[in-house]
Amino acid sequence: MILTPNTPAPDFNLYATPDQRLKLSDFKGKKVILSFYPADWSPVCSDQLALYNETLNMFRKAGAELLGISVDSKWCHLAFSQDRKFHFPLLADFEPKGAVAKQYGIYNNDGGEAHRALFVIDEDGIIQWSYLSPDGINPGADGILDALDQLNNGKN
Amino acid sequence: MAHLKTAVSKGDHTLGNPKAAKVLVEYGDYQCPHCGLAFPFINRLLDNYGDEILFVFRNFPLQESHPAAMMAALAAEAAGLQGKFWEMHDMIFEHQASLSADTLLHLAEKLQLDMQKFSQDWRSQELMSRVEGDFEGGLRSGVNGTPTFFLNGARYDHYNETYESLEQMMRD
Repeated sequence: MILTPNTPAPDFNLYATPDQRLKLSDFKGKKVILSFYPADWSPVCSDQLALYNETLNMFRKAGAELLGISVDSKWCHLAFSQDRKFHFPLLADFEPKGAVAKQYGIYNNDGGEAHRALFVIDEDGIIQWSYLSPDGINPGADGILDALDQLNNGKN
Repeated sequence: MAHLKTAVSKGDHTLGNPKAAKVLVEYGDYQCPHCGLAFPFINRLLDNYGDEILFVFRNFPLQESHPAAMMAALAAEAAGLQGKFWEMHDMIFEHQASLSADTLLHLAEKLQLDMQKFSQDWRSQELMSRVEGDFEGGLRSGVNGTPTFFLNGARYDHYNETYESLEQMMRD
């Protein structure tokens, strides 16, 4: 089952580049958008991430950082990210494979990949919104933006 | 089901009948090949049903994927300030394969625009804000790629890159 709102987001420590790891706890005090996707290079994922790449300004205006995450390796992420000119990190949930996806409840055991799933995590590391999309459908950014708006308005 | 969050207004670029019962909004990117494919379908739809439909075009340039998309959107908007939005819109799609700053300037000249005004407007913050406003409104409405269509405010997901799938909306 996909983790639901008001659940503490499980921490992770994953490669974002060949020589740099990122922990969720590094982002304490910021909002984080965690975007799980099945695979680098596959058509729908690329469209989805290309869309988010153009939406980074709006995410940052709302005080949120975007992290992409899949079971692909750090070297695959590097090539994919350079090819698509992404301006946000891609995390390698590679060893043990899919361990983080399993913790978030969105691992696809049949395909050996993460499902397409979104989490908005608040400044204290609590999941405030989550969404499991059909694997073949690009969920867009409207759900994320609405969740961030609700978080930001709730505090004003 | 995704819904249009930014209502069609006087500021929009429209074709067809303003009083039509069907209002079709496209979010498009001038350098997106799928939008180029849809372009003649839209024209055909307007030829066949122009009295029964109002067509609205809004900008959704994916700048990292399509380096000329933003400048093309700005060029169409700048031409719009001289009353030639649709002329420019059409010419840009007709020259989609060779879009560049030079091509766009050449198209502006061909349309006999006031070139001094065009080059100022083309770089203006005002038009940039307009295009960014289109983009943000699209995102919030659930646009997840281009082209995305909305029929009377509801996202139209039946389009499958054929004219027939677009024409279907006239029968629903």
